[in-house]
Amino acid sequence: IHFILLFSRQGKLRLQKWYTTLPDKEKKKIVREIVQMILSRNQKTSSFVDWKDLKLVYKRYASLYFCCAIEDQDNELLTLEVVHRYVELLDRYFGNVCELDIIFNFEKAYFILDEFIIGGEVQETSKRSAVKAIEESDMLQETVEEYMNKPAF
Amino acid sequence: MPAPIRLRELIRTIRTARTQAEEREMIQKECAAIRSSFREEDNTYRCRNVAKLLYMHMLGYPAHFGQLECLKLIASQKFTDKRIGYLGAMLLLDERQDVHLLMTNCIKNDLNHSTQYVQGLALCTLGCMGSSEMCRDLAGEVEKLLKTSNSYLRKKAALCAVHVIRKVPELMEMFLPATKNLLNEKNHGVLHTSVVLLTEMCERSPDMLAHFRKVKQLSSSQLVPQLVRILKNLIMSGYSPEHDVSGISDPFLQVRILRLLRILGRNDDDSSEAMNDILAQVATNTETSKNVGNAILYETVLTIMDIKSESGLRVLAINILGRFLLNNDKNIRYVALTSLLKTVQTDHNAVQRHRSTIVDCLKDLDVSIKRRAMELSFALVNGNNVRGMMKELLYFLDSCEPEFKADCASGIFLAAEKYAPSKRWHIDTIMRVLTTAGSYVRDDAVPNLIQLITNSVEMHAYTVQRLYKAILGDYSQQPLVQVASWCIGEYGDLLVSGQCEEEEPIQVTEDEVLDILESVLISNMSASVTRGYALTAIMKLSTRFTCTVNRIKKVVSIYGSSIDVELQQRAVEYNALFKKYDHMRPALLERMPVMEKVTTNGPTEIVQTNGETETAVLETKPPPSGLQPASQANDLLDLLGGSDITPVIPTAPASKPASAGGELLDLLGDLNLTGSPVSAPAPQIAQPPFLLDGLSSQPLFNDIATGIPSITAYNKNGLKIDFTFERSNTNPSVTVITIQASNSTELDMTDFVFQAAVPKTFQLQLLSPSSSVIPAFNSGTITQVIKVLNPQKQQLRMRIKLTYNHKGSAMQDLAEVNNFPAQSWQ
Repeated sequence: IHFILLFSRQGKLRLQKWYTTLPDKEKKKIVREIVQMILSRNQKTSSFVDWKDLKLVYKRYASLYFCCAIEDQDNELLTLEVVHRYVELLDRYFGNVCELDIIFNFEKAYFILDEFIIGGEVQETSKRSAVKAIEESDMLQETVEEYMNKPAF
Repeated sequence: MPAPIRLRELIRTIRTARTQAEEREMIQKECAAIRSSFREEDNTYRCRNVAKLLYMHMLGYPAHFGQLECLKLIASQKFTDKRIGYLGAMLLLDERQDVHLLMTNCIKNDLNHSTQYVQGLALCTLGCMGSSEMCRDLAGEVEKLLKTSNSYLRKKAALCAVHVIRKVPELMEMFLPATKNLLNEKNHGVLHTSVVLLTEMCERSPDMLAHFRKVKQLSSSQLVPQLVRILKNLIMSGYSPEHDVSGISDPFLQVRILRLLRILGRNDDDSSEAMNDILAQVATNTETSKNVGNAILYETVLTIMDIKSESGLRVLAINILGRFLLNNDKNIRYVALTSLLKTVQTDHNAVQRHRSTIVDCLKDLDVSIKRRAMELSFALVNGNNVRGMMKELLYFLDSCEPEFKADCASGIFLAAEKYAPSKRWHIDTIMRVLTTAGSYVRDDAVPNLIQLITNSVEMHAYTVQRLYKAILGDYSQQPLVQVASWCIGEYGDLLVSGQCEEEEPIQVTEDEVLDILESVLISNMSASVTRGYALTAIMKLSTRFTCTVNRIKKVVSIYGSSIDVELQQRAVEYNALFKKYDHMRPALLERMPVMEKVTTNGPTEIVQTNGETETAVLETKPPPSGLQPASQANDLLDLLGGSDITPVIPTAPASKPASAGGELLDLLGDLNLTGSPVSAPAPQIAQPPFLLDGLSSQPLFNDIATGIPSITAYNKNGLKIDFTFERSNTNPSVTVITIQASNSTELDMTDFVFQAAVPKTFQLQLLSPSSSVIPAFNSGTITQVIKVLNPQKQQLRMRIKLTYNHKGSAMQDLAEVNNFPAQSWQ
């Protein structure tokens, strides 16, 4: 996987994880381009888009779009499963995750992603193990009040 | 100073902003606060501030002043700090930043930390964005962790190793010993990442690949059987809640194993044989109701097709793909088409069986699916199914998106050319393409089509009639109009005489034909190129039509003052044809002979653009003196490549003074030259290297026979002319002579014109000179290229005529060159 983007229906970026090195400007440009492209596709089209020399795999969950860029030899259908698994992990951790959870706890979304994928490859295939690791890490945090699980609205 | 606001507070506040400007203001205020907090080296709240900064970074605001703070956080002892610090590092400190390397030491320490979660953070950061230097420094640590018994760390170390190898491939060897017993783990995370690591190594290095195929792993079995065993366990084992996805046990691991097997089995019979069974098992036993199952099947199919599997297995794979095509899920159809495209070359017959399904996919709504279906359809066209396929493809061309039309049109042309069952069908198909997608047809299609039409001699009448009818209604599609104009120009007589056999002949008068051509000329929609075609066509009709010659003359003379330079030049030359060279007109404008397809002899483009070359030769760069008549006379010599010999030019009276043309005819008359212009003002492709090469100024041959001595052809009054020779091994009857004229006097020679003539059995072509001034004192030369065609290999003789101005007076000289070396003509 080269990069992962999460963005809303209005095109606002909620998470970006890059596994390749690119200048900041380039990243911004790419994000803009891809967000526009995906938002303009209708329901009837497939979840895969050829883009430059990569394949984009995207899926919409409620109001959030999850988009991964994979290489030619990667399995697109499996990538859909990878995206689904990430959503499941978020769901398990936050309990019925919604977009607001990710907005207010974006750093946790990153932590969870980092327990699931490193360097663009999946590191843990067990849901239980991944979430357990996060929860135990959370315990290590000294100032618990700063990082409550659910935001206090 | 009060405590900086909390992260969530900030997020909430920013979200209340109603406008972009308001948001910017809030952010700026907060940034200022954060900056001053950083300056105060406030340890307690640093973490909070950096977290806020990261949020603002995600919104798109600059955050570089936080980079050093991230480093401080990483170095801190508190876990909270480290967590945010490493996150910040991954977001802000990629390897392009200067401070990136400063992380190395911190990471090194943390890799050896007592808490595994800290070690995990360090491994994760290194594995996501470590630079090559960092990787080099820390590879040893990673390798150590790869051998630990802690599976949490081991899996992370494996992926970290993958990253290291990607950045610094030379370090691959280092990880080899650690891989020996990686696959003995029970932990799926470790298994998965190990397979990824092995895959990376095998993909990058053929040596590694060979090693892994042969060498026994620690548990005394080789890699392939080991993988097969693991895969088998996954499939056969019962429900395991931890790794289950919709009833399938750890699909991620299954797919990765299949991928590794693919690499191991590629081009290796033994390995492939060892996996045949398991592949068949996976292919038949996997549940296909959900995406997961299909993902596994997809990978299985890819593996089967790539290794040396037995044919039964391959057929099974293609049938799976066929089933995919019928699936309702778009994604699966997409994936199926992609794979079929890859396999259609090798397993053509098997894919043919699914042809009708593929053709149905042309009607799908998804653009990517349509594109793949189109490519696949073209790959499947063969002699048997061409009629049916073409019908579908033409229908597709009609209704598809513009971005496809060009590719589809080209594809149809290619397929039609290869598999056309009859000439009429071929021409009909082309007509259909031109009328439906005329403006999307590629430029090179026009000359190809013209060549095709010329070659189907018996279809000329039919073709021209259909083309005429096509542009009657609509002449906006340029390629269509170009082809139509050309045909009407060539075969207008057939059109008017109503000779069509294949179809009901239509009644067309000469005036009607000229009407349509003139409308093309006038229309705003016509491109300059198209107008050129139309004008030339009108001109050609002057010899084919009988009653409208005057009208043609009028049209041609009108365009003599056209703003378009191209048109103007053509018109003027045609005018000249009418006026001065009327006797040559029929010969010049005669019907084009059948053309052979050109195979390259020279490096010049295989220019089949008859529309252009027709008049290009007439316009062969006139000598810099810009004498129009001279250029035409030169052209006379130029046009001598004709394969059809046509009537002799009557030699003009010798007393013609200033006109250079007249003098040349003198020369020609002396030598009794039957030199004739070609039957049509176009290069005769029967002599490919000759005239096509003439369109560029360099007479290069790919295979030059070197070593022919050069001669001094003329040396008088300070003017010296040298001849150097080139001959081609593949076409020995052509000799290319490059003349170099130099001036050893103390004054320049200006308006230099070199003319040459050769005996009857030779043909000559003179290209334009490099300039018309020979500077004095031998300080420069004029070069000019002559091509001589000598099919009978007779001894080369040449008469040359030189005119120039020197010391204020006009000079002129005639000479004969007899000292050609034997190698230049034998």
